[in-house]
Amino acid sequence: MTPLDTSTQQIEIRKRSVGATIQAAGMLPVLILIVLLFQVLSSYVETGELSWAAGRFLSIGNLSIVAQQASINTVLAAGMTFVILTGGIDLSVGSILAASAMSALLVSLMPGLEHLGLPAALLIGLALGAVNGALIAFAKLPPFIVTLGSMTAVRGFARFLGSDNTVFNSDLSFAFIGNGTLFGVPWLMVIALATVVVSWIVLRRTVLGVRIYAVGGNPDAARLSGIKVWWVLLFVYGVSGLLAGLGGAMSAARLYAANGLQLGQSYELDAIAAVILGGTSFVGGVGSIWGTLVGAMIIAALSNGLILTGVSDIWQFIIKGFVIIGAVALDRYRVAGART
Amino acid sequence: MTTADTAYLRMENVSKTFGRIQALSNVSLDVRLGEIHALMGENGAGKSTLMKILSGAYLPDPGSAIFIDRNRVSITGPQSAQTLGISIIYQELSLAPNLTVAENIYLGREIARNRFVSRSAMEAGAADILRRLNASFGPRDKVARLSIAERQLVEIARALNFKCRILVMDEPTTTLSERETERLFQLMRQLRSEGMAIVYISHRMSEVYELADRVSVLRDGAYVGTLDRPEIAPETVVRMMVGRDLGSFYKKAHSVGGGPGTVAVRVRDVGDGRRIHGCSFDVHHGEVLGIAGLVGAGRTELARLVYGADHRAGGTIELEGRALDIRTPLDAQKAGIAYLTEDRKQLGLFLDMSVSENLNLGVIEKDSKFGFLDRIMARRRSRKATAALNIKAASSDAAVGGLSGGNQQKVLLARLLETGPRFLILDEPTRGVDIGAKSEIYKLIDEVAKSGMAVAVISSELAEIVGICDRVIVMREGRVAGSLKGSEITQENIMAIATAA
Repeated sequence: MTPLDTSTQQIEIRKRSVGATIQAAGMLPVLILIVLLFQVLSSYVETGELSWAAGRFLSIGNLSIVAQQASINTVLAAGMTFVILTGGIDLSVGSILAASAMSALLVSLMPGLEHLGLPAALLIGLALGAVNGALIAFAKLPPFIVTLGSMTAVRGFARFLGSDNTVFNSDLSFAFIGNGTLFGVPWLMVIALATVVVSWIVLRRTVLGVRIYAVGGNPDAARLSGIKVWWVLLFVYGVSGLLAGLGGAMSAARLYAANGLQLGQSYELDAIAAVILGGTSFVGGVGSIWGTLVGAMIIAALSNGLILTGVSDIWQFIIKGFVIIGAVALDRYRVAGART
Repeated sequence: MTTADTAYLRMENVSKTFGRIQALSNVSLDVRLGEIHALMGENGAGKSTLMKILSGAYLPDPGSAIFIDRNRVSITGPQSAQTLGISIIYQELSLAPNLTVAENIYLGREIARNRFVSRSAMEAGAADILRRLNASFGPRDKVARLSIAERQLVEIARALNFKCRILVMDEPTTTLSERETERLFQLMRQLRSEGMAIVYISHRMSEVYELADRVSVLRDGAYVGTLDRPEIAPETVVRMMVGRDLGSFYKKAHSVGGGPGTVAVRVRDVGDGRRIHGCSFDVHHGEVLGIAGLVGAGRTELARLVYGADHRAGGTIELEGRALDIRTPLDAQKAGIAYLTEDRKQLGLFLDMSVSENLNLGVIEKDSKFGFLDRIMARRRSRKATAALNIKAASSDAAVGGLSGGNQQKVLLARLLETGPRFLILDEPTRGVDIGAKSEIYKLIDEVAKSGMAVAVISSELAEIVGICDRVIVMREGRVAGSLKGSEITQENIMAIATAA
């Protein structure tokens, strides 16, 4: 091999590592920009002038609200990260969230089973996710189709569970996770952060994690190198379902109630948006869970900030949509520039 | 001599820097009409960069000059290259498989009447060109149904349709069988006699020797020299490419002294019920068995059956006297069989993953503790393997996709060797690999055979089979048609069996 060969390779490699750094830093600048913007704008709404000090966005109280709002989406998006890393998609998480919240409340209302509400939510979520996974891994159906179907079917199942009514339980055994705190930190945030940390450990420190990236990066090579692709797929959709179940328990705990029709409507879209904002590639094999966390924070900050600045509901949707597209376009542009 | 001797295309002092790295420095090249001009050099020598400048994919540094027909031109993009009559046919063909041949030939310059596409006019035009090329398919055939060789023909037809005078072909024969290659060469000679200037990039010395009127060699981004027809000899070209003599290029040291060991692998009557029928062969310990045959004879298919990658309809596989029940690649791996795929990018490597991850993939489970990665072990393994196989990468955390073909291949080989296989199947181990890496891979094959491993090598390069194999089986139409050993292994004998001559 000649010296030049290695040096051209080194530019290649340096280019790639620059790209990787940018991707890791990812959307953090966008998040910071949004935060700063809302801090100034919220003071304008309040006092009529653009001032840093008078802004309300960066108050402890408001930041805690943002974090709590982000927490359920973060949990769903963590599961979605696993799925999208394999090159798949899970459209059913919102419906699974509703079904497991319903199950949790119903079980918690059963005499003698009051304490099994949380496990019930997790179990139902895991089971529904595993069905998705089995259809995708063994029947080899496209993930989009399978989870589109289960999104609809599970939504019906959630409504069926409560006979299409809202279920209440003012004495919910696991209500603390929705409203309590651990050392002053809301449980919702603790759970969301714990989910991200555990996901990171699984993705980056275990054999299974490497195989998830491998299956997403090159499924044919994965099979030829002896990876049980079916097991990886079953696992990621199972995890996505399990975390949707956890999200269901979190919602139920917050509201002391669940409604099969309304709960979790279009949550899957926010979760997908968080993953994509976080820089995870839609074709699989590239991405990180920390990016997903930043993505979820962006979405929560945006929703909260728009309310704080008094933007109408209609415009909130329009602005959120454009920010998602714009942020990803910006990211593509920068990463593409760094790579080639 | 008039036009034939004056350069039609002249590239002068072409330089290209990427950041601080000089990929090309003051390269000059002139190409005449009516000649086949071979461009040679190791991977990374700058051939592709030079051709990308010609095709408008890269802009050259200031000071570079390109003349066509003595007029200075500036090639600012693929479009302007096309208008100047320059066409490039890359290794990875750029056709839309879902469209018809005619649609592909006219892609980007469809014939339209009143804004409606005129299919009939395009088909008539395409039919003319295809007839000129002696194509066996029609303008209305879907490209998806054509073979690789036929798709190349479509690309050539497209170039002709663009009234191209300068045709660049980047390793067009890597994926072709001998017969298809022969047809392609005929066509290239025909185009030459029609006055086209053809730049031909290839790693295969024999092809260049057979075809080229002149050979230009690049090394380390610089122009080394040009040989005229009478001066072209393999040794000269190799010396120009690598800047040194290669000594004995092929290695067969393992078989010196003592014959092959006991039978390691016994394959009997393996078939898939469709294309492969009743294939049997043995591989001994410390032996390199060649599996030769034309492309499409079923060599890769047979290897995949043995490895469990495809469903086997019958037959038995024994390793060291033990009958194996192989249904999946995982079963084969557990039994101690490793398979190097012929298509490392599509079927072998994880291009976005690091060198270390790619290399450790086969052993991470064995090394792990309770499912957690043993990262110290992984680092140790990758350090050892990169040193042993001389893998050139900035770091073991660099993505494999950024390495050269030879280094990628060595990473893939390292992954297989880490698993400690007892039977190693190598499918086209040196495809798309430069000469330096090639000789390293030969050395490696020789070493593993010497260590007692049973090795089977599938190759379309006859010189390679002859150079490194102790015994050869030749396949034809899904069957083992014959076998050769020792001094019987010659290119002529292999071809005679492969073509049933």
